[in-house]
Amino acid sequence: MIAKRIIPCLDVKNGRVVKGVNFEGLSDVSSPVELADYYSRAGADELVFYDITASVEGRQIFTDILKEAASKIFIPLTVGGGISTLDDFERVLKCGADKVSVNSGAIKNPSIIGEAAKKYGDQCVVLSADIKRVDGKFKVFKNGGRVNTELDALEWIKFGVDSGAGEIVVNSIDTDGVKQGFDLEMLEAVCNIVSVPVIASGGADCIDDFTKLFKTLPGVDAGLAASIFHFGEVTIDELKRELNKNNINVRI
Amino acid sequence: MLAIIDYGVGNIFSLYSSFKFIGEDVVLTNDKKIIDSCSHIILPGVGAFADAKRKLDESGMADVVKEQVKTGKPLMGICLGMQMLFDKSLEYGEHAGLGLIGGSVMPISDVIPSDLKIPHIGWNSLEFTRESKLFKYINNGDHVYFVHSFYAADCAADTIAVSEYGAPLTAAVAKDNVYGCQFHPEKSGEVGLNILKAFCEL
Repeated sequence: MIAKRIIPCLDVKNGRVVKGVNFEGLSDVSSPVELADYYSRAGADELVFYDITASVEGRQIFTDILKEAASKIFIPLTVGGGISTLDDFERVLKCGADKVSVNSGAIKNPSIIGEAAKKYGDQCVVLSADIKRVDGKFKVFKNGGRVNTELDALEWIKFGVDSGAGEIVVNSIDTDGVKQGFDLEMLEAVCNIVSVPVIASGGADCIDDFTKLFKTLPGVDAGLAASIFHFGEVTIDELKRELNKNNINVRI
Repeated sequence: MLAIIDYGVGNIFSLYSSFKFIGEDVVLTNDKKIIDSCSHIILPGVGAFADAKRKLDESGMADVVKEQVKTGKPLMGICLGMQMLFDKSLEYGEHAGLGLIGGSVMPISDVIPSDLKIPHIGWNSLEFTRESKLFKYINNGDHVYFVHSFYAADCAADTIAVSEYGAPLTAAVAKDNVYGCQFHPEKSGEVGLNILKAFCEL
């Protein structure tokens, strides 16, 4: 059967990875290509490159980096950040990305989901949603989780999947940075309404959080995290060995 | 040298790069003369069957591929490129394939339980059903990366590996000098590169 995926996310700004620690065998901790290669060797099942650059020059550096990564790392690559038009899809797919993740861009222009799915296939379109509880209801936030769109998160995700999104990233603002594990309640609510792969994001602090995630919610397909891998708190190979010991199907 | 057949379908950046990475000479081409001069042929493909097959036919590449196979050159179809090797596909209507391997391409939904997600996307393990030179450098049970909603059926005699997803789905086929991988070797890490390496040594 399909293995559960472990996905490290690299935030890239002006061509450099934002923050991070030195791993053994990694000479340049800020090089996205080196870090991606390191993660791939450690057993990452997929990589997310998240472009947090605002400038046009920065965008160009980002695609150069993507190209370099895709010419030496042969696992699926997802690109996100600043994607709002079909041209943006084209720009990153040409450089070796396999999937493109939309967030604020899709809130501004919801038809991009359907248009991109039609042009590149459902499997290529990832809808990433930053979600936070407001008065007990799940609401979609935009602009890096700062602005409440008032959109009901479950309705928004349903719309995204119906439009052709092939995968959903659920990023819980409530658990992000709190380090108490994934937002199981929010993830379960999403798993109950969609039939495409669901990726959990936000809140992972230790190996047990991943074990608990996959044990509690068999409908979740992947766990995404940045800082715990980045700061060396958890290594991907030890995480996967531990999941395997707990009878969770992973690629080792 | 390897020829990746260029017929205007999909993104071959990673496929091209993966051969470069393992030190092979590779060219993306639709020039018959260049293809003639190559020792190995790759038929890539993503997207919908009917659209891709039409482009393959219209570009003249369908005939070229069939001629090349007759000369005994190793050919590998990847993903939709593998599906096109078969007699026909039932993806949105019935469409003729290249007929290089007997069998039909059918919807996965026909054979798997309804609670499983479609497409079959992600890392799944290979279960060898026959010995093959393609698997020279990999092991039974190794994981490879799949993205597909249709699968090759009625081809048991030429199947060399399956992957279990509610049903044993055809993962790789081989018939004489014609090979096919439903998964993406160029996205399957070390295992995938080792499959490509074994193919290049054929």
